Amino acid sequence: MNRPASDSSRVAATTGAAAVAEHPHQPFAVRFPGFARRLPWLVLAILALFPLLAPTFGLEYYVGFVRRLLIVAIAASSLNFILGYGGMAALGHAGFIGVGAYTVVALVEAGFSSAWLAWGGALVVAGLSAALIGAVSLRTRGVYFIMITLAFAQMLYYLAVSLRTYGGDDGYGLYTPLEMGVWLDGVHPDVFYWVVLVIAALVFACFSRVAHSRYGHALRGIRDNETRMVALGYPVYRLKLAGFIAAGAVAGLAGGLLASHNAFVSPAMMHWTQSALLLVMVMLGGLGRRWGAPLGVALWLVLEETLKMHTDYWHWPLGVLLLLAVFHAPQGLAALSERREGGR
Amino acid sequence: MNTPLLSSRGLEAGYGASQVLFGLDFDIRPGEVVALMGRNGMGKSTTIKTLVGGLRPRRGEILFDGQPIHAARADHIARLGVAIVPEGRQCFPNLSVREHLVAFADRRNGAAEPWTLDRLYALFPRLAERADHMGNQLSGGEQQMLAIARALSTNPRLLILDEATEGLAPVIRDEIWRCLALLKAQGQTTLVVDKYVEKLLLLADRNLILERGRIVWQGSSAELDVQRELWSRYLGV
Repeated sequence: MNRPASDSSRVAATTGAAAVAEHPHQPFAVRFPGFARRLPWLVLAILALFPLLAPTFGLEYYVGFVRRLLIVAIAASSLNFILGYGGMAALGHAGFIGVGAYTVVALVEAGFSSAWLAWGGALVVAGLSAALIGAVSLRTRGVYFIMITLAFAQMLYYLAVSLRTYGGDDGYGLYTPLEMGVWLDGVHPDVFYWVVLVIAALVFACFSRVAHSRYGHALRGIRDNETRMVALGYPVYRLKLAGFIAAGAVAGLAGGLLASHNAFVSPAMMHWTQSALLLVMVMLGGLGRRWGAPLGVALWLVLEETLKMHTDYWHWPLGVLLLLAVFHAPQGLAALSERREGGR
Repeated sequence: MNTPLLSSRGLEAGYGASQVLFGLDFDIRPGEVVALMGRNGMGKSTTIKTLVGGLRPRRGEILFDGQPIHAARADHIARLGVAIVPEGRQCFPNLSVREHLVAFADRRNGAAEPWTLDRLYALFPRLAERADHMGNQLSGGEQQMLAIARALSTNPRLLILDEATEGLAPVIRDEIWRCLALLKAQGQTTLVVDKYVEKLLLLADRNLILERGRIVWQGSSAELDVQRELWSRYLGV
């Protein structure tokens, strides 16, 4: 999950205390490199134990909340990969989430009940959709790319609205839970939570690994200076398309998981406002930063959940808190605690 | 004489209605260092842009190792082994020095002794000291070294340098010239554009002088050294 520590972080590890004294404003990961390396594992352990501990503290409701948070974080991570590392400002990412969700619906409607088949299908179909959409969209740049991805997502939205078989505008209820197999179903009521947690951990690990591979360096190079990358011999279009397909496929997987989580699918989940919301979450967390997407999603959803409990007008305080976040962490939350790694 | 690595035959290029290059004919042979000279606006950068696929020629042909490349895409030309150190360095602000050098080091182009990270650091020790710094955290001289090292990391068969010493402190310029001399000694074929004529004469085997998009003179450095009237007439020196 973590890439090997760089020379600088090893040096920092040996001189951590001195560094704190000399540079009190250095990033958290530089001041406490050992703890920073272990923190993801600690968070993973806490998340893994959460369903077991939640009943003790009367937090059973929040198991479902954290599960939803993890699923949205999967989708946000895929957007962070193409936007933060590849500079592709896609405003239609929710379209792929919807494609994944409707693939699950289509498979269920066709009589399939295997969760693995449904989620795998969601991943593949969304990946294929991303290949088609990306093949056209990536021939444009800047604001035109934003507009064309938005246009495709809206086409998918209206396609879903027109699908009467799958409920049209009213949506489609998945009343029978998908089967994960005899060795998982029935083990524990919250087994789906752990499945989502494992998938999320794998997705973060893969994106993190790829972002710091040579392909990831190439993507960041494309984001910074596409012309120069061409001059260096990189097939820029193909590299961007590969990233776009991977991100679309993972968003589709998140859509499939979200369908299972909600036991309901509707066109609303692929409306352009959902794409915009994902963008805001990623930017809030930190574009092009390893933990940017999950942090942004966590902040947004936790604030939303907390404020909803106190007021019906929760958008107001949420807006104010977000303004504060923008002013005090313009590079995103991850920039406050994470050593700069390829971010802006 | 051995076969040219790069040949330009009747090359014409321009932008929109204005034509910049008018029938350039020249060769670059393996192991040779060729200097492209001329005052500002004479077509040096356009020539380079055309050679690396950034501008499609209107007429003529460019052959690289016998293959026509004038209609090829820039990335294809780069993969054949043409690397450019662009004017203004254009380092990637969000890649570290090390990432710059490993991200592009995948082509050997038949190099007997390919450029490795260690060899690049040995050529530019300053880059080794700055390995974890991002591209935008380097001085101008360090960025120039990085741009050259980045180009070398692709193991180019032809290295093109466009104003590699422009805007650098004298001590850094000397460092760059020293490295170019070292590369020449190692047999690196190079096309170099620069305004420091004296330095170019020490480095280049042959020189091409461009005047209003035409090659008006070409010859060895020894010949150019004694024909000072060419300096004042075409190079503004």
